[in-house]
Amino acid sequence: MKKTKRVTRNLMIVGASLISLMVLIAIFAPYIAPQDPNIMSLADRYQGMSWQHPFGLDENGSDVLAKVVYGARVSLAVSLSVVSLSIVIGLVLGSFAGYFGKFWDGFIMRAIDMIQAFPNFLLALALVAVMGPSVRNVIIAMCLTSWAGFARLVRGEILYLKEKEYVSSALAIGASHWRTIVLHIWPNLVGAIVVNASFAMAGTIIAESGLSFLGLGAPPTTPTWGALLNSGRKILEEAPHVSIFPGLAILILILGFNLFGDGLRDYLDPKS
Amino acid sequence: MFNYIIRRLLVTLPVILGVCTLTFLLIHFVPGDPIDIMLGDQASTVDKEALRSQLGLNQPLLVQYKNFLWQISHLDLGQSLHSKSSVTSILSERIPATVELTVAAMFFAILFGIPLGIIAAVKQYSTVDNSILVTSLFGISLPGFFLGPMLIWIFAILLPLFPVSERGGIENLVLPALSLALPLGAIILRMTRTQMLEEIKQDYIRVARSKGLSDFPVYFKHALRNALIPVITIIGLQVGALLTGTVITETIFDWPGIGSLLLQAIQQRDYPIVQGCVLLIALTYVIVNLFTDISYAIVNPKVRLS
Repeated sequence: MKKTKRVTRNLMIVGASLISLMVLIAIFAPYIAPQDPNIMSLADRYQGMSWQHPFGLDENGSDVLAKVVYGARVSLAVSLSVVSLSIVIGLVLGSFAGYFGKFWDGFIMRAIDMIQAFPNFLLALALVAVMGPSVRNVIIAMCLTSWAGFARLVRGEILYLKEKEYVSSALAIGASHWRTIVLHIWPNLVGAIVVNASFAMAGTIIAESGLSFLGLGAPPTTPTWGALLNSGRKILEEAPHVSIFPGLAILILILGFNLFGDGLRDYLDPKS
Repeated sequence: MFNYIIRRLLVTLPVILGVCTLTFLLIHFVPGDPIDIMLGDQASTVDKEALRSQLGLNQPLLVQYKNFLWQISHLDLGQSLHSKSSVTSILSERIPATVELTVAAMFFAILFGIPLGIIAAVKQYSTVDNSILVTSLFGISLPGFFLGPMLIWIFAILLPLFPVSERGGIENLVLPALSLALPLGAIILRMTRTQMLEEIKQDYIRVARSKGLSDFPVYFKHALRNALIPVITIIGLQVGALLTGTVITETIFDWPGIGSLLLQAIQQRDYPIVQGCVLLIALTYVIVNLFTDISYAIVNPKVRLS
């Protein structure tokens, strides 16, 4: 048992390092990119890897490394906003449903059921399709779909935690309901929420890149991994590097969040 | 059992209604006037009003909703704005290709997922287990829009083993199905492994072993049967992801199914088709989940009695 604990902790560290690596790349994008991602030089299009352009050039002669590092900014910013907004909405609505029950519970749970009846990506795709592609709409659409998972999680935990003695004692000494929820119940949810947030980050990054891949994400002037992969798939024969590098970047980031979430879940699990 | 099925059906009805409601509301998420977006700014007022009354958008919301539900119950999803043919007939033309692709993907996922999951569990903490787990982690983390192009690059361009795209014989099916199957296979693998490990710890396994049974019947006759029950649920739950994944996979591989139809309709702002595709995928997902739950109850008596 000791050994598995060490293994899960190591996995967590590997995951956290991969995430930190990508966060650092995103923060220092202007210093890492050899040139502006929107500079084109059609004469050199499809050029392979070189010292000047380590990841080569794409079909417009733009630098792929520059697009990959700036793309990290979009992916991380979008997924961070979506996941944090979803956690806030999920916490408030889930607490309402779980703690106060009755009408609120029925109402909020039906809304959750309705949203979760759709496959996640499908609903986000349909919403962006009607609202029009833009970073703001991508964030709105993904929030509308992903708060439901957090709300369900919070509600379930609160149903269990509100029966605890420390909750009734907090109420007995005169704490208000919301004070009890925020100060006494929420701190117990941190572990479960962080684990789920890690998986949600992975899911949101895949969804965001998927939307940009389909041309439904940020406008073409904003470099995104999805858009880069989409232009790359049409020129696989001439310039496979246009697909390989953004794909590896996505893989590293997703792997980071999955490893971190897996490791943390096993680490917090009292059974192991 | 009969009671359970009735109860489960009754729970599904409001969900189906919810799916229809949300799909109906989709077109009202269009910022501004949906008619302007569908026809463009240059369209004449007469054309706009004609389309508005064709889509029923000039009526009060509740009347529109009632008509929408009435039409759906008669399998009438309206008319494509682009080709003018009925949405139902366009969808039914596209269904076989998507069914073929998803069934093949499911087949690959189960073919690799379950045996590898069993091997990993039986050899827990060995090098074999670790390498299977690491591979499955990559499987979960590889999005289809990266995996698909890489499969094309490696198996169609570098080593010309398979044709790149379009529907045809079995060889055309391999690459798209594999690219769709990998994440699902990885999830099935992990679930099978976890459940097998759970079962191996149980008392009845110890009894079977103390009777002198060898490894093979213990794992396959006793543990596997119980371990697979939750795996069925996971497979059912993943059908939604599989169906949605077809939007990306079919686009990459030029596969003439529902997924590529949806994307094409989105690009042409053909909202009746978008609605039709979304409704079709979501309802399929709801119904698959219903059947999953029922079959789960058939194999696991604990569920239907609680």
